[in-house]
Amino acid sequence: MKSVLSRLLMLVVLVALLLSACAPAATPAPTQAPEKPLRVAIVMPSSITDMAFSQGMYEAWVKVQQEMGGPSKLEIAYSENMFKVPDAAAAIRDYASQGYDIVIAHGSQYGTSLAQIAPEFPNTTFAWGTTTDTFADQGIKNVFAYNPAAEQGGYVLGTIAALMSKTGVLGVCGPVEAGDAKTYVDGFKYGAEQARPGVKVQVTYTGSFSDVSLMAAAAETHIAAGADMLTGSSQSVVGAIGVAKEKGAKWFGQQWDQTSLAPDIVVANQVYDYTGIIKDMIAKRKAGTLGGVAYTLTLENGGLTIKYNDRVPVPPEIKAKADEVIKGIIDGTIKPLP
Amino acid sequence: MNDLFTIPVILGIIYSGLRLATPYLYASIGEAFVQNSGVYNLGVDGIMLMGAFSGFYVGMKTGNLWWGLLAAMGVGLLMGLLMAVVSVTLKAEQGISGIGLYMFGLGLSSLLFKKTMTGVESISGFQPVRIPLLGNIPYLGDVLFNHNLLVYGAFLLVPLASFILYKTPFGLMIRAVGQNPQAADTLGINVDRIRYITVSLGGMLAGIAGASLSISLINLFQENMTSGMGFIAIALVYFGSWRPWGIMGGALLFSFVNALQLWLQVLGVNFPYDFAVMLPYAMTILALAISVRRAAMPDALGKPFERGEF
Repeated sequence: MKSVLSRLLMLVVLVALLLSACAPAATPAPTQAPEKPLRVAIVMPSSITDMAFSQGMYEAWVKVQQEMGGPSKLEIAYSENMFKVPDAAAAIRDYASQGYDIVIAHGSQYGTSLAQIAPEFPNTTFAWGTTTDTFADQGIKNVFAYNPAAEQGGYVLGTIAALMSKTGVLGVCGPVEAGDAKTYVDGFKYGAEQARPGVKVQVTYTGSFSDVSLMAAAAETHIAAGADMLTGSSQSVVGAIGVAKEKGAKWFGQQWDQTSLAPDIVVANQVYDYTGIIKDMIAKRKAGTLGGVAYTLTLENGGLTIKYNDRVPVPPEIKAKADEVIKGIIDGTIKPLP
Repeated sequence: MNDLFTIPVILGIIYSGLRLATPYLYASIGEAFVQNSGVYNLGVDGIMLMGAFSGFYVGMKTGNLWWGLLAAMGVGLLMGLLMAVVSVTLKAEQGISGIGLYMFGLGLSSLLFKKTMTGVESISGFQPVRIPLLGNIPYLGDVLFNHNLLVYGAFLLVPLASFILYKTPFGLMIRAVGQNPQAADTLGINVDRIRYITVSLGGMLAGIAGASLSISLINLFQENMTSGMGFIAIALVYFGSWRPWGIMGGALLFSFVNALQLWLQVLGVNFPYDFAVMLPYAMTILALAISVRRAAMPDALGKPFERGEF
């Protein structure tokens, strides 16, 4: 009795572990191309379909893969939903020891683990974001850093939102006051206040990147307090977008084009485009540089783009103002943070 | 700070609080049936995720939310049944098998989501229904009596569950089995059968809890969208001393304080947001420390029943 029981238990636990660990698609089968493909692995905290942080990174690699000529040239492996740092650290180490050429630690929370792992694999290129720290001061030479200047697009979207708002109240649904979420929120608020003095920008943080339910309640609260233009950051904003749709408020997307979630209310999005830095990292690696560069995604270098939704027209004079602001940020006459 | 005590703010807190409390009520009351019969199921969060996915998927594919709800109930029931087989018939250690069930639900719901859908999509969920007469009460009508059916259902479940547990022979049997299964057995009560019923019922209600997120409150499915709500639901059962009304008190306290802290932030009250976010948990722990009556805990909680074993 006892042994049957423990075997069954083992089975249940094993099946559960397998299901939760192996859900990501398996790595592509090795190809017989004469040239060995470049192998990259991405470790990320949410899923590749999160409409935000992780999807942006994953799809950029897929795009580069297509440009390079498919899986025979560039092989992509990934581990998603690594919201627990020890799990992510184990995955990063695994990929490195399996001989992957480039391992992306896509989450600012993975930094301390990466600083321990990177020196053990001196021939592997690591990239860590969102941050500006390549650990060069610790003598580590094989880590690239990348950081979106999220405040730039935040400033632009804040300008548009402030000018379009009828109530003069904007609601910002923040997750955790850190990283690109914080700089985006700060830029949005500052841009709105510069474009329309007296505008009220309400900011909330839920303290979680994944609490969809509380994010929905935050959007409800903003709208009840008079906001008619909303924005937010992280994968949990899908909850807030649902509420905005139901109550008829407008939404400004961040990190990824969120138009498809609510085509009737999304006005514009700040989209992260990592393809430029990815190509540069690949080129640097081929030339023998394995790390040490801190990249910044900006409006100027095309790492950040503002994507409008044609179904929610922005009045031409407001769009002109937004273009002016983008130009100002690029040439440095406008500082997106106070 | 003066802005805080105005009528729109108070009404806003009530409205959001009732919605936030809804999934907790279904899951916690389900777990209360389970624990009153002497079993505890830590897999609630996993069942909620499966309920959320199946409710959303079936609702979207058939275009009928009621089929979605039924699917969530069915899937929840099956997962409850699985827990019952493991914990009642096979007498496995309940803590471990519950965690196994949680991971199973988390993994399977993510896998099914990936295999069947290309990304996060939203649907139109259950619409609010204004209750005649009561819904016309100035101010309160809007926030109390203008919700969708699953919100009403959660609050109607409280008196119903209380009635079943404390006023019916079936409820007496559940509690007898949870307090002293040996005595109940000698009186001819089939201990295993009662526990099968309660664990399955608890699973079914956890399934509805998940569906309340995906087809009535947030109206979409995202991987791990409960982000641990099922575990808070289990804590609320202890908080409420295994009684439905007490559980409702806990769920409302937690949800109202959560709604309040969002208003504190929206109104720009000079208060670090970290403390605001911590507030619901701190309040709940505090209330737990003051109010919980451990004497109310079912004596046989977590102990598999073996005939003639003393």
